[in-house]
This record gives sequence, C-alpha cells and structure tokens, in this order.
Amino acid sequence: MRARGLTKRFGSFTAVDGIDFDLYQGEAFGFLGPNGAGKSSTMRMIGCVSPPTQGELTIFGADPVRDGAAIRAKLGVVPQDDTLDVELTVRENLLVYGRYFGLPRAVIRERTAQLLDFVQLTDRAGDMVDPLSGGMKRRLTIARSLINDPEILILDEPTTGLDPQARHVVWDRLFRLKQRGVTLILTTHYMDEAEQLCDRLVVMDHATIVAEGAPRELIERYSTPEVLELRFDPALHEQAAEKIKDLSSERTEVLADRILLYVTDGDAALSRVLQAGLEPLTQIVRRSTLEDVFLYLTGRQLVD
Amino acid sequence: MAVDAAIAGRGPAIAAGPGWWELSRRAFRCWLTTYRRLWRSSVWSSFLGPVFYLAAMGYGLGSLVDKNGTASLGGVPYVVYVAPAILAFQAMNTGISNASFPVYSSVHWSRIYLAAQATQLRPADIYRGHVMFITMRVAMNSACFVVVMAAFGTIRSAWAALLLPVAALTGLAFAAPVAAWSVTLDKDYPMNYVFRFGAVPMMLFSGTFFPVSRLPGWLQPIAYATPLWHAVALCRGLSLGTGLSAWSVAAHVGYLAAMAAAGLWAGSVTYRRRLYV
Repeated sequence: MRARGLTKRFGSFTAVDGIDFDLYQGEAFGFLGPNGAGKSSTMRMIGCVSPPTQGELTIFGADPVRDGAAIRAKLGVVPQDDTLDVELTVRENLLVYGRYFGLPRAVIRERTAQLLDFVQLTDRAGDMVDPLSGGMKRRLTIARSLINDPEILILDEPTTGLDPQARHVVWDRLFRLKQRGVTLILTTHYMDEAEQLCDRLVVMDHATIVAEGAPRELIERYSTPEVLELRFDPALHEQAAEKIKDLSSERTEVLADRILLYVTDGDAALSRVLQAGLEPLTQIVRRSTLEDVFLYLTGRQLVD
Repeated sequence: MAVDAAIAGRGPAIAAGPGWWELSRRAFRCWLTTYRRLWRSSVWSSFLGPVFYLAAMGYGLGSLVDKNGTASLGGVPYVVYVAPAILAFQAMNTGISNASFPVYSSVHWSRIYLAAQATQLRPADIYRGHVMFITMRVAMNSACFVVVMAAFGTIRSAWAALLLPVAALTGLAFAAPVAAWSVTLDKDYPMNYVFRFGAVPMMLFSGTFFPVSRLPGWLQPIAYATPLWHAVALCRGLSLGTGLSAWSVAAHVGYLAAMAAAGLWAGSVTYRRRLYV
C-alpha cells in the first residue's frame, strides 16, 4: 500500500492534508493521534469507502476508486462503532457477512467455528448480539472482519470505550493475528496500544503526519530515556514550575496538573529537586512513552 | 502475493470481482436471513389485513352502496369493484413503508448499510438488494391478498392471474424512488409527510373507493396523473376483465415502469453520495 499526497476535504474542511506513507505485508502499522487528527478519514480512504479528494493511493497495486470492490474483497474492517446486526445471533452475523463476500455456506460454517473459538465466543454462538458486553461485541466484530480471510485488517480505534480488562483481551487477539502474518493497520489515541501492537507508526496531528518510525525509534528520537513526573499542591504548582525551570537545563513540560522533566537519569533529577527545597506531593520516575513524543511534537497531550 | 507485486511496482491490476447482479443478489439474500425470523408472523398479518379491508369496505360499506345500484361502478357489487383497488394501494403502502423507515434505519440506527459497505458490495448493490427484498415483500403480501380476493369470490376474470406481477411492479414503482430519497435524510420526520401528503390522499382520491368521474372536474386530471390511479386501473381491469385496451395497459405499465426505472437510477446516485463520502 502506498500513499502520496493523500488528501481528503469535506467542503472547506481539510480532514487529511497531503500525507505520505508506505505499508508492507505482514507489518502492524499504526496511526497515532488525538481525536480529529484525520485518522478515521484516512482509514475510510484505505477501506475504499471514501474517494480521496487529491493525491495517490494504491492498494494491492490497484486504485481504490476504480477497483474498490475487488480491493475490499481482500480487506477486513473493524469500524470505530460496531455495526453488528443486533437482530441476529452471533453466528448469523458471521453468516450474513460471509455471504456478502459470496462465500459458500460450508466454508462460512467452518470459518465461523474457528473464528468464534479464536475470539472466545464459541459458547455464545447461538445468542443474540444485543446483550453481549462491549468487549464481546468488539471481539465479534473482529471475528466478522476475518470471515473473508483478509490480507489486511483495518482497525479504527479497536479498544476505545472498552474497560482495561477487555482491552487486554482484544490486544492479545490482535497480537496473535500479527504473529500469524496478517497485516494490521490501526488507529488509536492510546499510546500504550500503539506501543504494544505497532511495528511502525505515524503520528498524526491536524490532518498531517508529524513523525514516522518504530515506537522505540520515535521515543529515542524525540524524548529522553527517563521522565520525572512531579505533582504539587495546586496552590504551589506555578511557583514550583518556575523554580524547576531555573533549576534544570533539561526540557520541562508544565501540564495543568503535573510537571514533567525530560532527563537521562530520573533519580538524579529528583534528588536535585528535593535538594532545592521543593516538596512534591507525588514523584514518579518512568521511561519515556509515545505520549511524551506526542507532547514534544505538538505541545499537547493525546487524550485530554 | 498481490502485495509483493504492488511493492515492486509491477503489479497487475487486481482481479475484477463479480458483476452488479451477483453483488445485488448478495445484498438481497442477507435481508432474507433476517426476514426468516419474522416471516411467519408477517404472513399472518398479510392475510388478516385484506380480510379486514374486504369485510369492512367491501361488505360493510358495500351493502349500503349496492342498495342504490352500482351502474356507475360497471354494474358489479361494490366489493368486486373495490377489492382490486385495495390490492393496488396495499402494494403501494407496503412499498413505501418498507422503503422509508427501514432504509433510514439502515443508515442511522441498525446501520446495516455501513456493515455491508465494508465488504465487496458497492452502494448501488446495497440499494438494489434492498429494493429487491422490498419488492419480494410486496409480492408476498399481494399474493396473500389475491388468495383472499379469490376466496371472497371477488375475481371475475382469468386475467387476474396477472394481478401479482402488476402489484409487484406497483410496489417497486413506489419503493425505488422512496428508498432513493429516504437514504438522503438526516432526520426521520420528513418520511411521515410521504404518507400524510402522498400515500393517504392517493389512496382516497385515485379512483380507489369511487370512480374519478365523481370528483370535481378540476381534480380529475390530478387524479389521473397519480401513479396509484394507473395501478388501480390496471388491477381493476385485470380483476373484472373489462375496461382495458392494449394501449391503456401499455400506458399504465409504462408509467409504473418509468417510475421504477427513474427511482432505480436516482437510488444508485443517492446511495453512492450517502455511503461513499
């Protein structure tokens, strides 16, 4: 898959502004960015359900506008909001979807058994979809998207709205798919999701790509090995921020509730802060994450 | 392999998929899957509806009408006169109601279209598959109605064998444009206007319960121009075996077919605009 200058406009609003990326078979590729960064619009163009306004997009060597149907035959799509048919059972949802792809019933039956087993829903096969939990519905959507044995699986915010436990189950399943060689494309505004699943990712903000690379690479390039997070009494927050800025030559980010110090050695920085007579309420020394990369690149946080 | 080829830049274009008929049929078949759950109860109501209508309009009202002589109705009992017209507007109503809220729901509530769209199906296939399903529902309801008509002894001609295809065409003629329009809506209330200002007046004034000649002169051309009048005239002619000439059949069928064709063309455009953005 290859995109050059890919642009999507809705009237005067530019959702995606001339982005370039390449994607290779078998990799897990992420679009990381806050809500409204243009991730979903990009996903819709990749999913061949939205014609690009401008630029070039090639998938499987074909043009998504001209050969959309043929490309979609080899894609699996997990949309941001579940589009399961709640009037049908779990099994029937897979049947209907398989029939959309023109698969014979016997093939669908066999794959349904395997896929429900894979997403751990075998015992719910005959149940209606409606009463399933959010995590189960998402897993069923993933199973459904795999019914046509796709070469590329597109996931738009696969774990948004799920509780932490359900998220981990979904991640585990996606990780297994990746191990099996399925190409994954996912969007997320969770940096831990991107770090866990993506071999390579682009950071999107305001309709453009601001950085590209492997998660570790990006962290090394745009952040320091460690971060010291300090939280002060809100009344003393600003005062403390001033003092810390005087104290250290390293990059400092003052957030609404915390102060972040980007340093090589977190513990050393902490003892300097304490020696200066500052009294933080909490202090954490941690490794840098993609959240820090995003903060560095855009000056804002991923999830507000 | 296709991916490798694409990366190397020597990729042949991807193999073409099946044609529009096969893809539309897939969309149609998926409606059948859902319908399988409901068909038993819907067949029941398909029989009860006509029984109620024929009993109330045909026999109840008809007993009053028949007392005064039915020369202006062609000399047949009122129930025989009105039954084919009820068949026609029932086909219209089934077509419109299945092409309004269910279509709107498929975009906004159940979002079945959005799921289908991520597969091989194109917007126009999704549209045609749904309209095929609606037409099948109209045909099923109409078949029930024709059986009830026959059971009540209101059929007077062997031409009545053609009532079913005519009713199906009537349903399609309304369903195709209404679905094409419903898919464009962002609010659901305009769909009520179709019934209030379209279906109901047509049902009352298109030569259904009384001949158009009883309307004030200035209203008559309007009544003759409505699609339902053409459907009613066809159904009545086939059921009674009188009053139709070859050219009038051609005109009626042509009118309804043109309406269906225009709807089908519009739907393939509006569905694409709605789903493919």
